Amino acid sequence: MDMIQSEELIFEYEKRDEEGNVIGMNRAIDGVDIHVSPGEFVAILGHNGSGKSTLAKHMNAILVPTGGTMWVNGRDTKEPAELWNVRQSAGMVFQNPDNQIIGTVVEEDVGFGPENLGVPTDEIWKRVEDSLKAVGMLEYRSNSPNKLSGGQKQRVAIAGVIAMEPQCIVLDEPTAMLDPNGRKEVIRTIQELRKKKQVTVILITHYMEEVIDADKVYVMDSGHVVMHGTPKEIFSQVDLLKKYRLDVPQVTMLAEELRKKGLDLPKGILRTQELVEALCQLS
Amino acid sequence: MSIKLEHINYIYSPGTAYEKQALKDISLEIKQGEFVGIIGHTGSGKSTLIQHFNGLMKATSGALYYDGKNIYETGYNMKELRSQVGLVFQYPEHQLFEVDVISDVCFGPKNQGLSQEECEKRAKEALELVGFPEKYYKQSPFELSGGQKRRAAIAGVLAMRPKVLVLDEPTAGLDPRGRDEILDQIEYLHKNTNMTVILVSHSMEDIARYVDRIIVMNHGEKMFDDVPKAVFAHYRELEKVGLAAPQVTYIMHALKAHGMDVHTDATTVEEAAEEIMRSFHD
Amino acid sequence: MIRDITIGQYYPAKSVIHRLDPRVKIVCTLLFLISLFLQNSILGYVIATLFLGAVICASRVPLKFIVKGLKPVIMLLMITVLFNLFLTREGSELIHIWIFRITDKGLRIAVYMAIRLTYLIMGSSIMTFTTTPNSLTDGIEKLLHPLNKIKVPVHEVAMMMSIALRFIPILLEETDKIMKAQIARGADLESGNIIQKAKAMIPILVPLFVSAFRRANDLAMAMEARCYRGGDGRTKMKPLVYHGRDRAAYVVTVAYMVLIFCVGRYVPFHIWIF
Repeated sequence: MDMIQSEELIFEYEKRDEEGNVIGMNRAIDGVDIHVSPGEFVAILGHNGSGKSTLAKHMNAILVPTGGTMWVNGRDTKEPAELWNVRQSAGMVFQNPDNQIIGTVVEEDVGFGPENLGVPTDEIWKRVEDSLKAVGMLEYRSNSPNKLSGGQKQRVAIAGVIAMEPQCIVLDEPTAMLDPNGRKEVIRTIQELRKKKQVTVILITHYMEEVIDADKVYVMDSGHVVMHGTPKEIFSQVDLLKKYRLDVPQVTMLAEELRKKGLDLPKGILRTQELVEALCQLS
Repeated sequence: MSIKLEHINYIYSPGTAYEKQALKDISLEIKQGEFVGIIGHTGSGKSTLIQHFNGLMKATSGALYYDGKNIYETGYNMKELRSQVGLVFQYPEHQLFEVDVISDVCFGPKNQGLSQEECEKRAKEALELVGFPEKYYKQSPFELSGGQKRRAAIAGVLAMRPKVLVLDEPTAGLDPRGRDEILDQIEYLHKNTNMTVILVSHSMEDIARYVDRIIVMNHGEKMFDDVPKAVFAHYRELEKVGLAAPQVTYIMHALKAHGMDVHTDATTVEEAAEEIMRSFHD
Repeated sequence: MIRDITIGQYYPAKSVIHRLDPRVKIVCTLLFLISLFLQNSILGYVIATLFLGAVICASRVPLKFIVKGLKPVIMLLMITVLFNLFLTREGSELIHIWIFRITDKGLRIAVYMAIRLTYLIMGSSIMTFTTTPNSLTDGIEKLLHPLNKIKVPVHEVAMMMSIALRFIPILLEETDKIMKAQIARGADLESGNIIQKAKAMIPILVPLFVSAFRRANDLAMAMEARCYRGGDGRTKMKPLVYHGRDRAAYVVTVAYMVLIFCVGRYVPFHIWIF
């Protein structure tokens, strides 16, 4: 069974004029099919306004489809009776680090989810400690979140989700508001988490460097999935990515330039090491 | 119209437990028409530094000369300075407040005491400069897309016709294309107006393509101040302070280490490609 | 600029008072405040002083800090004292200069009033100094829990209070940033008459409200995503449980109340200082 599966997913919302009258429908997501197997690391790419965040919100039943179906861990998100199970199965980390931390102390924030689930007190403490340890923030447990850096705040937010013991974590542009160091910090945390716990990760982003380790990449544009495949397959189509307002890592770009200039390099080079080896073989 | 800093120090909350020296003995000069990048990680003092340029923050000690005049002298016209040195904050769209875009852009000129007509003239000119589509002039700024909002906000500062434009992280939160568009627009501005442009960023890749000079800030000190190639040559030191040179710099160094005959000072993809091709042809 | 304002002045220290259950601190503070108005004798004030002094000692909050807390209300204090001093007509006259008359009774009432108000503020600031705003909220929630039965949304109000506490510093910082951004666009926030000043606030307030609503929206979504659905079926990470020390604190406070009450009622000697 797929961890996350959508079939012909459609999401429409009403477009209103200044008086609030409905003047039409906007289709933010238009017939999207995705499959995510348990334990996979899947990235969803797209420019701002491509529908990727709207799609992410469906995985946590914050939004429910207006057409088609979304299943999370086999549960139909449209079923009101499944709402809390869906939200517990697929935890969500948002973009703005400040606007998702509820507690005034780090550990209390991490405990917020388990409290809502009705987990017994002793168990909450255990989970809080485990989750903070998993993201490397245990020593900050009694700090105020206001004193943390952006990257640290996002790690706390991730811990808050892990403490609910979800099978799947959906990260909706977790690095968009961070500086390069914070970005690295968060990505490293996600990678370590995947090693330590058997958890499915769905990363929504527009930073290409963050997806080179993904098992699978979906590219979205105006509500559709326009490309999908392994990072190598995706990154070998530099021109197409540019068309969808995306970028490629500099190393991929350089390899592409060199290919255009006549060097016989393989397509879809993602890492510095690969390029250096390929070039050394040529010379 | 140069900006000249002499031994600027800035201390936060002096005399309390939170005392922190945010700027340490900064001396530098930025001449009219330059395109300068200021790089540093969060907390390096780069934001504090730029707020000194237009007098929003006052140095604890040291002197700052704008156009040869010390701005800390009593009676100096700070309001005039602020319209000469336009400062665009991070996420500038958060400062939008008017009912439509054009009125918002007029806010700056209005504060300069100009007539309604002149305000609108300058607003339109500024909106044009940032490539803001005319059909949205009368739209509420809150209904625009992220990229358009940011253009409108930058126009709000440009409408004051500053001689110096300082932008703090103008690309934060934008997608790759949005980022390129804004940076290209800024480059266009610089080329066409002889304005001094100071670009604050923490991304070396972004800055390397555009600026003529890079100032690297670290722990409140000026670490490097040179042309991009010379700054990136210190890539090991940059790494130690949590910054990184553009990825191509690393590629060139790796190639050289593997015995290829390349110069390592390429800072953009284009330069790197040419350099590698040259080594193949030789 | 605006960041200098501090709200929720908690003094971090490790003392027995800090460790007490917030409910104990709230209830005992209230009892202490009542006790100040229950009696009117010199002996009563001596007992109250000893009690307050003992609590301050036990709390390890420097006296300097507590006295500092009096500063904002010093004017109010002075006015109350002066009113009582000069406007009390009863009692025998002590001093009479021009239209000012001070009677012994007036002096007594003024002095007692000053002591009461000072102790009132010191007593309640001991509570805020030793209790984090969050646990104070927890305490209030638990104490008012019975009101749930008459449909008062106690949990929701407590949740709102703690969210407000979390976001006040963030919004203050944001205000600071917006002010700077508008000043950079030539906004003049200082000069002008009151109407001009109020008008000058619009460019600050509109973006601030927009941002606050955006944050509220985001936060509501984040809370829902983490399965928040009100107070029903929720467990607590830090449930409030009475310990031995809490019971002891209740006993001590009740004993103090009884003592004060008895002094006021049964101890016959009313010796005034004068």
